[in-house]
Amino acid sequence: MAFENYELNEMQFDALKEIGNIGSGHAASALSSMLDRPIDMNVPQINILDYNEVVNNLGGPENVLAGILMSLTGDVSGMIMFLIHKPFVKILLTNLLGMDIEDNFDLDEMSQSAIKEVGNIIAASYVNAIAELTGLAIEISPPELSVDMVGSILSLPAIYYANISDKIIFIKDELDKEDAASSQIILIPDVDSLKKIMESLGLGDI
Amino acid sequence: MSQNIVVGISDLNVAKDGDILVTYALGSCIGICLYDESVKVAGLSHIMLPTSEGFNPQGKEIWKFADTAIPDLIKKMEQLGANKFRLKAKIAGGAQMFPGFNNTSLSSIGERNIVAVKETLKQLRIPILAEDCGKDYGRTQFFDSANGEMKIKAALRGEWVY
Repeated sequence: MAFENYELNEMQFDALKEIGNIGSGHAASALSSMLDRPIDMNVPQINILDYNEVVNNLGGPENVLAGILMSLTGDVSGMIMFLIHKPFVKILLTNLLGMDIEDNFDLDEMSQSAIKEVGNIIAASYVNAIAELTGLAIEISPPELSVDMVGSILSLPAIYYANISDKIIFIKDELDKEDAASSQIILIPDVDSLKKIMESLGLGDI
Repeated sequence: MSQNIVVGISDLNVAKDGDILVTYALGSCIGICLYDESVKVAGLSHIMLPTSEGFNPQGKEIWKFADTAIPDLIKKMEQLGANKFRLKAKIAGGAQMFPGFNNTSLSSIGERNIVAVKETLKQLRIPILAEDCGKDYGRTQFFDSANGEMKIKAALRGEWVY
């Protein structure tokens, strides 16, 4: 029952890395057209971590950032969350709306929709990578945004995975080296869906 | 010197002699503070889910659920000299971090946690003196064993005391 805790073998983990690479590539080109300039991207780091490790990777439980959450339905069910640090939120809003945000991180409705939209596009990049490689049909729900402490934002996925697993698939991207704007994707397929993804790649039941 | 004792997610701990229990960034989870004023013994439990029904939790897994964590917290407080008939509660958390998010297994998990915590405390006959629950923002919770004060800190809203 290796899948119970997302314990993947090496080949399965490599497949996950490939999904991450392709997804990050798509995300970078989407971002490049949104910001209207080239995006210089580092190779993403992909890890399977538990809740506390993810929180520490994101600057500790009280670090305030923007989280955009979407659920996945269709052949794969679960959720995907895109997390953006404040400097990157600033860059996005300056480029997309020509506006600056206050230091208190209080986003008006227009900024909120812009950030949600970015999250949706980035998440779709990764989901499309999974769909391309596996041939599975996956739908993404409308994005929901929360700007708050990372520990609180992650409580929902934490509670979700408490039912199924102790681990989260965590993809850390440096999408834009120039601005040091790193962002993170958290992917939480339920156990059956992860199994389905691996089976579609011919890597199941190893 | 009083010191801070950090309680993680699905975790619990006890304090006395003016030490302060703290749990960071509660979202839909709930922090349950219990206090026996006469011996100044405090306890804090950070639960994630309402009920252990259907889970059969082992060892520390019982700290994940409202119905199994609270009785265990009381046991630990009794070891420090607290009397369960003197315990009073203050609770915080149970927020809906993404109010529009639609997922059947998770919809209103914060609200279900609040209901379960209140029900468990009612069964144990522990009165709730203060609560800061629901809404859509995260909370860091401090609980002072010197006086039973619960302090809440929220990211964009400042802090206040119960």
